[in-house]
Amino acid sequence: MATNTLPVTGKPRPASARRTTVFMKLLMALSGALFVFYVLMHMYGNLKIFGGVEAFDEYALHLRTILMPILPFGGFLWLFRALLVVALVAHAWSAFYLWSRARGARTTRYVAKEAAKATVKSRMMRWGGVALLLFLVWHLLQFTILKFNVGTEAAGDSAGKLVISSFQVWWVVLIYLLALAALGMHLWHGVWSASQTLGWTSSARSRRTAKSVATVIALVTAVGFALPPLAILFGIVKG
Amino acid sequence: MNLTLKIWRQAGPKSKGEMVTYPVSGISEDMSFLEMLDVLNEQLNARGEEPIAFDSDCREGICGMCGLMISGKAHGPEVTTTCQLHMRSFSDGDEITIEPWRADAFPVIKDLVVDRSSFDRIIQAGGFISANTGAAPEAHSVPVPKPKADRSFMAAACIGCGACVAACPNASGMLFLGAKITHLGELPQGQPERDARVVNMLTQHDDEGFGGCTNIGECSSACPKEIPLDVINQLNKDLRHALAHGE
Repeated sequence: MATNTLPVTGKPRPASARRTTVFMKLLMALSGALFVFYVLMHMYGNLKIFGGVEAFDEYALHLRTILMPILPFGGFLWLFRALLVVALVAHAWSAFYLWSRARGARTTRYVAKEAAKATVKSRMMRWGGVALLLFLVWHLLQFTILKFNVGTEAAGDSAGKLVISSFQVWWVVLIYLLALAALGMHLWHGVWSASQTLGWTSSARSRRTAKSVATVIALVTAVGFALPPLAILFGIVKG
Repeated sequence: MNLTLKIWRQAGPKSKGEMVTYPVSGISEDMSFLEMLDVLNEQLNARGEEPIAFDSDCREGICGMCGLMISGKAHGPEVTTTCQLHMRSFSDGDEITIEPWRADAFPVIKDLVVDRSSFDRIIQAGGFISANTGAAPEAHSVPVPKPKADRSFMAAACIGCGACVAACPNASGMLFLGAKITHLGELPQGQPERDARVVNMLTQHDDEGFGGCTNIGECSSACPKEIPLDVINQLNKDLRHALAHGE
């Protein structure tokens, strides 16, 4: 038993694993893992546009009929959306909490500081996350909530037609490509970081695997999402 | 060698500090970095000025007492401690910026000296094992698998210098903490307190005002003992297990 030679600073509190910064990181990693699964599914679904507007609309309809008749029409979709909102709150809340803690941990900055290991992807996690949050607002307004049509072709009730009409506008494609760059970078560092937070990277081999998986997920997601808008913009996929 | 040094001067914990420029000449490339500062201090003494306060103890790279931010790098450009950094790593005419470790959990006492008692309090919170004192037990009665012994020893190489905190963009102490968790957790003697250790030490770490880890890896590349980033993975894993065990 160590002897108490130094005064304990701050007010003592009962130690609990749930009230530690690593627990916050766990929350972030687990909610992030759900998002990884979600963006991969979303990316896969988007590729249906290559099968034509009908295939895309049929897929969109199918998303609303999953687990019917146990659930009502659109029931599964709304349950999943609720889960995503909970995960988003957990992810962003833990991120902002840890961000503010980190800012408070060094209030006097260095005059000179050189980075040895930090890369663009690891440095951009926080601001990239904020950018993704802003993009998410725009994206939901455009395709889920308001369904506003920035294109010229009439879309009616067809999700596929709305997608095609929207991505015929160059600046919409540009916004999406920028967001995908942010998403790719976020996933590139995030997947590796989550593996580390979950305690899966104890050996050199598992570390290499985690980094490779992160690279693959980031690339597949960014490229997979970029294909439909680009194909529509260049007229490869038509309405 | 002739050098221009830009050094953080701060009279006391509450004083406002500033960077002051000092030219030094007649530096041999065989001098250690601290000997170079000794030369400067002798010149300052001769002029009746207050010498620069900096920490040092063993001067052979094993005690963890010294530590300076040298031109933006913890312990300077080599993988070693400040005392074992030699002037041959610099060139004639260089301008060198010297700052104390910057973290609110390491308050500046004077000039380049910081108070790292927060590390001691983290150790007090759980960096120990309970063992019977008295007759030493037979060494072979508790077998330790070789890979675990090696990993424990690797982590035990941590000298607690604080370079990880200094280099971390979040001023996190988790490489230090992870090293202690791995060092004790890999051994049979560390098992009884394993769950309580990670929770108590991490709680103390957080209460001291250190930031969290974002897995960038600055700490590990600044570490003079080359402690790898996977000790933080071990810390996270132990916390997850403690959580599952209801700690």
